[in-house]
Amino acid sequence: MSDMANANDGTADVAAAANANDGRVLDIVTLYPRDMNIYGDSGNVLTVRRRAALYGFTPVVHNYNQGDEWPEHVDIVLGGGGQDQGQGTITDDLFARSRQIRALADDGCPMLLICGMYQLFGEYFQTVEGDRLPGIGVLDLVTVGQPVRMIGNLVDHTEEFGDVVGYENHSGQTFLRDGGRTRPWGRVDADGTGNNGRDHTEGARYNAVIGTYLHGSVLPKNPRVADYLIGEAARRRYGMERLEPTAQGADELRRLDDLARRAAAVAASRPR
Amino acid sequence: MAFKALTPAIGKAVRKVARLRGGGTAFPGKVVERIDPGFMARTLAQLPYGVVLVSGTNGKTTTTRIVASLLEGMGLRVFTNPTGSNFTRGVVSALLDKVSVGGRLDADIAVLELDEAYAVHFVQRVRPRYTLLLNVMRDQLDRFGEIDNTARLLGKAAAATTGTLVLNREDPRVAALAGVAPKGTAVRYFGLDDSLVSFFPTDDSMHCELSGDEGAAGAGGGAGSAGAGAAGAGATIHDDAAEDSADSADSAHTRPADVTLLAVDGHAARFGMDGRTYDATLRLEGVYNLFNAAAALAVVRAVMDDVELARRSSAEAAASSKLAAQKSAAAQKSSEKSSKPAAQTRAELTDRMIAALSEVTPAFGRGESIDVDGVPVELILVKNPMGFRLSLGSFPAQGHRTMIVINDEYADGRDMSWLWDVDFDSLRATGVDMVSGVRATDMALRLAYDGVEARAVDEDIPRAVESFVRSHPDEPKYIYCTYTAMLAVRECMGRLTRVEDAGL
Repeated sequence: MSDMANANDGTADVAAAANANDGRVLDIVTLYPRDMNIYGDSGNVLTVRRRAALYGFTPVVHNYNQGDEWPEHVDIVLGGGGQDQGQGTITDDLFARSRQIRALADDGCPMLLICGMYQLFGEYFQTVEGDRLPGIGVLDLVTVGQPVRMIGNLVDHTEEFGDVVGYENHSGQTFLRDGGRTRPWGRVDADGTGNNGRDHTEGARYNAVIGTYLHGSVLPKNPRVADYLIGEAARRRYGMERLEPTAQGADELRRLDDLARRAAAVAASRPR
Repeated sequence: MAFKALTPAIGKAVRKVARLRGGGTAFPGKVVERIDPGFMARTLAQLPYGVVLVSGTNGKTTTTRIVASLLEGMGLRVFTNPTGSNFTRGVVSALLDKVSVGGRLDADIAVLELDEAYAVHFVQRVRPRYTLLLNVMRDQLDRFGEIDNTARLLGKAAAATTGTLVLNREDPRVAALAGVAPKGTAVRYFGLDDSLVSFFPTDDSMHCELSGDEGAAGAGGGAGSAGAGAAGAGATIHDDAAEDSADSADSAHTRPADVTLLAVDGHAARFGMDGRTYDATLRLEGVYNLFNAAAALAVVRAVMDDVELARRSSAEAAASSKLAAQKSAAAQKSSEKSSKPAAQTRAELTDRMIAALSEVTPAFGRGESIDVDGVPVELILVKNPMGFRLSLGSFPAQGHRTMIVINDEYADGRDMSWLWDVDFDSLRATGVDMVSGVRATDMALRLAYDGVEARAVDEDIPRAVESFVRSHPDEPKYIYCTYTAMLAVRECMGRLTRVEDAGL
């Protein structure tokens, strides 16, 4: 994907929402959208982009696919789920970038990794057949394939963001390493749901990195999480302590958040 | 077994009772499957031309309807499951309706729509003589797991096919299934002219394009999307060149197609067959149905080739017994003669198919138009990102009022993620008048992030439908709905105006 097109796009976003931030740029990298694009995780990119603009930033989305140049600035990293096949085709490139990605995570760059990319950010994925596919080790966790998928609506009780609602759909069971620097993101109520169906954890946290199995897309219905990512990015790049909406942005954010609250309440009430 | 002879009678009785209590389409099938699991295979085995199985993610119901109508137009007696009840139990229930109490099925051929998962069940019991596979898209992934797994399910149907396997050469996952056709099973393709490939994106190209579109979306204009589409198509061609030598599925576009969709213009389509072009105007809405028509033509031609062969050989058998006394030279001459008319017959048959094609009416809820006080209200079924996207492209919002109804029952798919893979920019100029269904707020949120105004959000479908249909009484309307939302909307419309019975 051409960075030029996306840069133009960002400019258009800020034109609609000029404010005190002077349209400071936020560089958003989406990892392998060509192959890791299942289940509408593109909704997360749209949500971060729109909300960043409503907070007065100029979001520039870099669709990073295999062989592309790595962007000069990286403020937010977003990754989605993929087919087994899709995960296979990106592995080499992801390994080639792993040093940069690990350095960004250690430096406090906010990242949101969903499902397949969440697994690849761990230490390894062991297939049902017993083969071990290495991950890039940003998160201290391992994933083991199993024949039964965990599928359905899910509420993740997190300390940081309250209840986060989404939809899980994965066959891998993920286990966080005891005593590692990675901790669970939240807790789930029922057996057979969450990271591994057993220990009632869901997702993983390290620095400003969030890994989770929640699709939905997760950010539109949980805007606090989107704002966290934008806020951390603004702090890291511009030293800003809090997000201020633009004059028009405030109304629009209120409207979006009201809809999100209602949609999340419905989602949480639905059968699995 | 005497017990089995009773199956049709018992099943029919259950069906009658189920109808009285307002039961669903598949309920009597459930009973019969339990008491006589062999009923379906035994009954379908009577058919002289066997079973045509239609599967794939999008377009099954309409394509099944087209195939059945064309075969009827060619003079065959067709058994089909036309209500979109595409599970094996639905087939059994439909069979119960058609068999005599003695268990005889008065038909020449069956045309059955089965979804990907049930197709696997079905082919374990009945091997289809013809299988038509349309496409593999992300749909109800919560049920099937992953798209590649969906392709594997279709592979089971392909591998069970005894006569002719008809594949969409433009969908790499479907075209690749040529490799699993059993020895002796013919493989035919339907396809698109180069100029149309970008109009009918595959699942993969749609996702490439979608990520490319993000650039265009915020820029406030659609100008960029054509460029992104072209870039996507270019990339595909490049892949072809690179992988041709490896005989990759991506190169399937160049395989010869039995039927090619050459051009489209509104409801009009031009098809290429046997080196000739055929023009047809369809009564079906939506440009994707023109491609479904190409798919249907391909499988109907395969059937008719076999039917003609059978008719000719039985005619020849009759003739040769009559003319047994005649000289062999004369017999030779007559068969030479008959081969010439047969070639004409193929073109004539195709002409008849094209004529029949223009008579096909929409299947229940698939671009169905309901008249409300002289103003059309079109019901459009949407069930996955690609279908929704193609529908938005096929029904221009300008000059219409739009309503969207999203449910999340099992048949709709519980996961709402798919809404985020649909680009709603085309509704930005007109906005949406009403959003309804269980997941109305999810849909409204989706629209809000695309900058599309939703003027009303009401989860209560009957109230929302009435309000929407009564407002702006002079303006034509579109209602996009998921499967169970469609059933609910149709019922509400039935209270507001006369709606044809869909046999549900």
